Amino acid sequence: MAVSADLFRTCPRTGLQFHKPSEMLMKANAVAAVVMLLIGGVLAIIMVLTRWQAVHLVGAEDFYMYLTAHGLAMLAYWIIFFEIAVLYFCSSTLLKSRLATPRIAWAAFALMVLGSVMNLVAVFKGDSTVMFTSYVPLPANPMFYLGLILFAVGALIGCFVFLGTLVIAKAENTYEGSIPLVTFGALTAAIIAIFTIASGAIILIPTFLWSVGYIKAIDPLLYRTVWWGFGHSSQQINVAAHVAVWYAIAAIVFGAKPMSERVSRTAFLLYILFLQLASAHHLLSDPGLGTEWKVFNTSYAMYLAVLASMIHGLTVPGSIELAQRQKGYTKGLFEWIRKAPWGNPSFSGMMISLLGFGFLGGISGVMMGTEQLNMLIHNTIYVPGHFHATVVIGTTLAFMAITYFLLPTLFKREMILPGLAKWQPYLFGLSMAVFTLAMMGAGTLGVPRRHWDITFAGASLPYEFPGAAWLMLGIVGVAGLVAIVGGIVYILIVVGSILFGKPVDAGAYSSERGVLKMPVEVALTGHGHAGFAAPGTFVVALVFLGAFVLYYFVNWKYLSTVWGLS
Amino acid sequence: MSAIQPPAQRIWWKQPLDKVELVWILIAFTWCLVMFFMMPYWHVYGKQNLATETYRTTPDMFAKKAQAVVDKYTVRTETDEKIPVVRPPAGGDVYLIARLWAWWPILELEKGKSYRLHLTAMDYQHGFSLQPENINVQVLPGYEHVLTVTPNRSGSYAIVCNEFCGIGHHKMVSKLYVVDK
Repeated sequence: MAVSADLFRTCPRTGLQFHKPSEMLMKANAVAAVVMLLIGGVLAIIMVLTRWQAVHLVGAEDFYMYLTAHGLAMLAYWIIFFEIAVLYFCSSTLLKSRLATPRIAWAAFALMVLGSVMNLVAVFKGDSTVMFTSYVPLPANPMFYLGLILFAVGALIGCFVFLGTLVIAKAENTYEGSIPLVTFGALTAAIIAIFTIASGAIILIPTFLWSVGYIKAIDPLLYRTVWWGFGHSSQQINVAAHVAVWYAIAAIVFGAKPMSERVSRTAFLLYILFLQLASAHHLLSDPGLGTEWKVFNTSYAMYLAVLASMIHGLTVPGSIELAQRQKGYTKGLFEWIRKAPWGNPSFSGMMISLLGFGFLGGISGVMMGTEQLNMLIHNTIYVPGHFHATVVIGTTLAFMAITYFLLPTLFKREMILPGLAKWQPYLFGLSMAVFTLAMMGAGTLGVPRRHWDITFAGASLPYEFPGAAWLMLGIVGVAGLVAIVGGIVYILIVVGSILFGKPVDAGAYSSERGVLKMPVEVALTGHGHAGFAAPGTFVVALVFLGAFVLYYFVNWKYLSTVWGLS
Repeated sequence: MSAIQPPAQRIWWKQPLDKVELVWILIAFTWCLVMFFMMPYWHVYGKQNLATETYRTTPDMFAKKAQAVVDKYTVRTETDEKIPVVRPPAGGDVYLIARLWAWWPILELEKGKSYRLHLTAMDYQHGFSLQPENINVQVLPGYEHVLTVTPNRSGSYAIVCNEFCGIGHHKMVSKLYVVDK
């Protein structure tokens, strides 16, 4: 295809340049993502109202079926569709390049739609109630695995379209110097995604063959070990992607420069090298695996990926603090954050995402990922408590935040209900924070995850959970419903804006395009000249560390009181 | 300049870092090392470590061994299903079967004594969750996992299944007794 035939437009307000086919693909993937979020959200209503023991809405069979669908729609489909849109944005738009092979990218999208629909249909038929994890030998309809495989192949092709676009941008000199930090983060996500999908293929293809009878049996421990290379790693794509989104929002809202490109990029490199080891988190309470293997892998070698997240946790708000201080908000430690645009949902969403991911998701994740401490929470409802903090407050809220920026820029529509949008991140983020804390509380009291009835109705030797566990599940129910309202508001604003928003001037298409220039202010590299440039952020980081250390050792203390095990 | 533009210096890995970053990286890395070494430390000095002793097994093999212990040490039965309550000698081997949707048999252990607890699943994957102690271990079919357990409080405990194992999952709960000498 001749380069001259490619059409571009430049958004007059942001200066971002969109390649027409890439723009269409981003929209298609983002819309598919939101549809999946809607499906998962409706199912979430059933989840919270059933686990809220006093309400106990649906029967056991339906509950487990809907739970399977909820996990897949949210963890796999909403997030990965959105991530493909993010990958195309970070390559073609941020590098002012044409997208590689748009037709193949459409084929990838078609495969993803086909696969996800096939998989969800198999679940709703009722013979594939195997949860997101589909642990063998629980049997599912072959369509279940085939759908997942097709979806994964589509996503894999999307990753290669992203990589191809990087190659084109380089070859056609659409930018000078190195790729931007945000693109670098997206590249991290894509590399992790390729590893993830390969792991998925290695285990899901034989499992599919087993489900149709070509293979006699699949070893459950083998399945778990390889499957988690897919299941956990797919959440690591999210981490890399939403950290990239944090940097993007800091850049868009504040014009923030990274404190040091070297530090931020090295942290992303640590993700590539070590984040994948964490699939061991799910295997710490398994038989058959050695202690050394567990300790090395669960700690990402020596917590090197945790180190990377702690670095991003400092440098993202740190870069905002620097940008704000340069604008004159220099009073005391915290004027920069008090005077931040808290009414801008892109910013507030990103900040709540960052704090929730760190304080709730991060600390609980490291606790759970400690070899011995894992025994205290393995398969309790603490686990979904943790990952709703990482994936819902962290990833989902970050994606919601960037959507508010994309509505006028990508979808060329003015956002409807801006007054409501202002509140959405608070409504969604804070209720999710309560939700996750209550789940973790219930898990600490031993309440199992993926469990229809903690009264054990019909069992001959039932166990009675303490009243506090009931209370926690009640809080999960109420906070969950509020969060769902927050999710509905988001979907309402997005869909409403796309359908009924006032069109905005988004720039005309032409075959001309500019080159992404290296910035002029070369002198301002690193902010070291100020000495201790982000003291406010540093204080917040120390508070975080204090909470982390305290919570970590409280759990060791608790562990020391339980039965001896050796 | 900003994070969505190319870095000011092409050679970004030579860019200096701020003192805030340097100090934080040092603190964070120190903390990472502390957390890492806590795990081996606990293997040496702690009393709660998950055993790795594991054997391949089959439902028949395991059921035979479990039956032998039940035949020898059953002290009474409970419920209409006549689930045997087994009280093996202190220090001995005890077998616990996880299957759809029950734990079998019921164990009665002595406080302060150690037992070799053998776990396996007969069909699907199950989760051994001892309540209210909240000790949780994955149970896999085909694998016999041997834990050495030392109860430190007497009383009546529950074993809940916390790995989804089908429609009757929520009924899969049993008892475990710890008695004073």
